[in-house]
Amino acid sequence: MTDKHDLTLTINGFDHAITVDARRTLADAIRDQCGQTGTHIGCEHGVCGSCTVLLDGVPVRSCLIFAVQCEGLAIRTVEGLAEGDELHPLQRSFIKHHALQCGFCTPGFLMLAVGILENEPNIADADLRELLSSNLCRCTGYANIVKAVRAAADELREGR
Amino acid sequence: MKPAAFQYHNPLTVEDAVATLAEVAPDQGRILAGGQSLVPTMAFRLATPEHLVDINGIEELGRLAIEDGVLSIGACVRHAAFHRPVLEGGFGAILTRMAGHIGHYPIRQRGTFCGSLAQADPSSEWCLAAVTLDASITAQSTRGGRTIAGADFIEGIMTTALDEDELLVETRFALPAADTRFGFVEFSRRAGDFALAMALASFRLSGGVMIEARLGIGGAEDRPRRIGEAEAELNGQPPGTPAFEAAAAAVAAELDPMEDAGTSAQYRRELAQCLARRALESAAS
Repeated sequence: MTDKHDLTLTINGFDHAITVDARRTLADAIRDQCGQTGTHIGCEHGVCGSCTVLLDGVPVRSCLIFAVQCEGLAIRTVEGLAEGDELHPLQRSFIKHHALQCGFCTPGFLMLAVGILENEPNIADADLRELLSSNLCRCTGYANIVKAVRAAADELREGR
Repeated sequence: MKPAAFQYHNPLTVEDAVATLAEVAPDQGRILAGGQSLVPTMAFRLATPEHLVDINGIEELGRLAIEDGVLSIGACVRHAAFHRPVLEGGFGAILTRMAGHIGHYPIRQRGTFCGSLAQADPSSEWCLAAVTLDASITAQSTRGGRTIAGADFIEGIMTTALDEDELLVETRFALPAADTRFGFVEFSRRAGDFALAMALASFRLSGGVMIEARLGIGGAEDRPRRIGEAEAELNGQPPGTPAFEAAAAAVAAELDPMEDAGTSAQYRRELAQCLARRALESAAS
């Protein structure tokens, strides 16, 4: 059975015209058909959070959404965080606080955290820890991830 | 793994959706709402629907409204809609508390209230709310519409009263009296895991005693249910340890809990007893 769909995905403001099978997940389309390989795929069933992207401003698991559902929606991936050579404050904070080791989970954590901070800029520590439990890091870097996001939250708030 | 191939349909009206569903349901056609349970099941190839009818494009199904004493939740209202109370008072607050236990933040941005009911996982927070607080559930098909009471809707593990050609379009709750008190407690081993048990309690106070007591237990049996014997221990009694412990003991006596590799029936029974008491204490405080 083939069920092909022509559609345009808008990723970080750029349009990508692609043809997909209905069963193609957004995560696979972003990586394989739009060439944006910053979004990582871990478990492919919504548990690990590696594939987290922003969809119309909120973090979602891109392995649990089909690409065919995403035409006309604003998709943001890790490639869209930096402005030219200037890293996003959250990316700088991850480096400063050693919030990554192998780096596989990092794009997912960055997009999760950006989504949280854009929607909940004044989030309390306990709530932030709870929301960051959404994603898995197998280098056990959680403490430093929390530190990095907290510091970036404070910096972003002061910058407003 | 990747989901198996399927035919994708994206109707823009309820009328078109139920017409398409009627056509494809006998041929393994399913509704796709938030997809946060269905798509993982497809990735494991435990579900291989031949057709998916995506209802996310149907604008009217995104409706969340409070009018004429009723909270109406359309089929595409996401869990995240409850991150902040949808109305003032205890009812809005308890829905927010329950929402916080559903999966994780990104899951809640996409998964839907009504989809949880249609999925009917025994550990679903919204199924417990629908059963305990008497939701009425509207199903639509080409044959017409009907309303199903929350307690009749869930028939077992992942089994509902919906016929294969019926779309759950809306869930409604009559707003509880403003002085109704609520408590909800859930236990899982890790943040975001499925509940091993949970308890939802509500009551009003009249002349210093509890009236209209409700106590629902979820996650312990194959479906959530109110424990009438426990409610009988509450009504007419002052809120406090003696009544709460008697109600919790009735929960333990009445439950026939599920067992799994890591959790014995006895463990779940004692857990439910403890959570029932804590939910009542939370409602009283």
